[in-house]
Amino acid sequence: MEEDIKPDKKINIKGLVCPYTFVKAKLAVEDMEVGQVLEILLDYEEASRSIPKSMEDHGQKVLKVEKINDTDWVLVIRKEKE
Amino acid sequence: MDFTEDQLQRYSRHIILPEVGGKGQRRLLGAKVFIVGAGGLGCPVGYYLAAAGVGTIGIVDGDTVELSNLQRQIAHSTKTLGMYKIDSAKATFESLNPDVKIIGIKERISKDNIFDLIKDYDVVVDGSDNFPTRYLVNDACVMAKKSLVSGAILKFEGHVTTIVPGEGHCYRCLFEEMPPPGLVPSCQEAGVIGAIPGVVGSLQAIEVVKLILGKGDVLKNILLIYDALKTTFRRIRVPKNPDCPVCGKNPTITELLDYDAGYCAVR
Ligand SMILES: [Zn+2]
Repeated sequence: MEEDIKPDKKINIKGLVCPYTFVKAKLAVEDMEVGQVLEILLDYEEASRSIPKSMEDHGQKVLKVEKINDTDWVLVIRKEKE
Repeated sequence: MDFTEDQLQRYSRHIILPEVGGKGQRRLLGAKVFIVGAGGLGCPVGYYLAAAGVGTIGIVDGDTVELSNLQRQIAHSTKTLGMYKIDSAKATFESLNPDVKIIGIKERISKDNIFDLIKDYDVVVDGSDNFPTRYLVNDACVMAKKSLVSGAILKFEGHVTTIVPGEGHCYRCLFEEMPPPGLVPSCQEAGVIGAIPGVVGSLQAIEVVKLILGKGDVLKNILLIYDALKTTFRRIRVPKNPDCPVCGKNPTITELLDYDAGYCAVR
């Protein structure tokens, strides 16, 4: 069950806009091992769509995209490849 | 190495590329590139490599900036007329990117200093404007096993090729001997549109970046010919010549020669 996946790492990129949202997310993924899970908290709406798309383009797995309140989203990404 | 916030912003357009990422940017920051000449080709090569965050850039050039250079040598300016080109270029590149260390050498490159000059560098770029230097740099890079990105311009034509010793061709596989003195016009005699070395130098800079990143296909065994009047690029296959006098099986050139014999110095 995806809901139960415990992230290995969490980053908070609230306040950042593109492309720094993706820069931060990508660097976080680079520092992780394949199979590990990253949770991203953000408040820039465009990034809630562009980060999942870019992560998939780079071969990573998007496990969750969820709007958690009026301003914030949570993304959960599993690292599939280096 | 962790990036500073400034570096994240400066290199963000690299980091978001799958072929670069933080890992590739760290490689660029750790790389050392040596550029022969701070002229028409050396200026754009150095400019883009400095912008890319190539950590150490060595440049050798013994000339000073003249007004006639400024039509194409974009690292120099009206304010740096009379300065050594390497001092002028160093100031330009360091103000573009303070992450980059520029090592300027105020000398003419020769068979007596080249091995010492290139020994600490990962990649060599030839931006010289004359045959003796081009052959000197080729032979030295083959002997020292340094990757070399060679560029040349003449009138409306530009050449680029990447020499990876032990893997691909070298300049002598392509043109075994220097043309006789006097037969081939120098750039100074021939004239050039300033943006043409800009195109060729930019292509050289990209070859260097790919060599550092280990991504993509470089111009190994290929001569790229840019025809600016027709706006065409042609790729000529250049097989490694087993009988090449410098990189062949039984090389006849095993030490550096007197390359300048018969040639007058071209500035
Ligand atoms: Zn050869």
